[in-house]
Amino acid sequence: MRTNKKQYDRMVKNTSPRSRVLRNCVWAFLVGGSFCLTGEVLINAYRAAAFTLGDARLLASVTLVAISAVLTAVGWYGRLAKRAGAGTLVPITGFANAVVSPAIEFRSEGLITGVACKMFIIAGPVIVYGTLSSVVYGVILFVKGRYGL
Amino acid sequence: MNYLWAFTVGGAICVAGQLLIDLTKLTPARILVIFVVSGVVLSAVGIWDKVVDFAGAGATVPIIGFGHTLAKGVEEAVAQDGFTGIFTGGLTACSCGVCASLIAGFIAAVFTRSKSQS
Repeated sequence: MRTNKKQYDRMVKNTSPRSRVLRNCVWAFLVGGSFCLTGEVLINAYRAAAFTLGDARLLASVTLVAISAVLTAVGWYGRLAKRAGAGTLVPITGFANAVVSPAIEFRSEGLITGVACKMFIIAGPVIVYGTLSSVVYGVILFVKGRYGL
Repeated sequence: MNYLWAFTVGGAICVAGQLLIDLTKLTPARILVIFVVSGVVLSAVGIWDKVVDFAGAGATVPIIGFGHTLAKGVEEAVAQDGFTGIFTGGLTACSCGVCASLIAGFIAAVFTRSKSQS
């Protein structure tokens, strides 16, 4: 196929955003999947240590949070996030990163207005709207149970 | 087999998040909020329980699982305590993850120097 420069540029423009999205998605899939796989391995390890399934899930979350905090503190999580995008945002490690990263960044503004306030800059909305939706669900369940609707 | 499903389902959920990042103008905070609220809704209608059953951590580790935890918590609390359960259920159930993150954030902030300042 023969093309002049203009046509070639247009072809590049048409093709590159899509391939960028595809590449991002592959990274997100592999990295996000790996965090979940790690979670599954941890759950099984805690279950093997005689914890109940519920406790094992909680402890696996705590372990993932700790791993994420360490990776964030040494700066590796941020570097991984540049490539993996949602793969590092969506797992619970991303939630932990959203807490730990501003806590470190705003340390210079003090322990109260810096660390403690900024810690919840992204995690805050998640907790607020998560809790609010659980309350709505709770009200529905309560009304259903009480009046048998 | 469990591991394969955990990897695949967890990865697929992250791809959904990536598509939201690349194809919309949503910020990370908004995406996390959308996912956590979806988690509550999907659990309320009974879909997420089934996903958790076969994908395990693939369904609980993504932030949708956080919503799932909130919904399960409020279900149990309302069944057990009635009206007060509406208030205690969600936060009690998610306290573990939130508290762990909070501790991690505090310790990291105290013992780490911010890279951007040097």
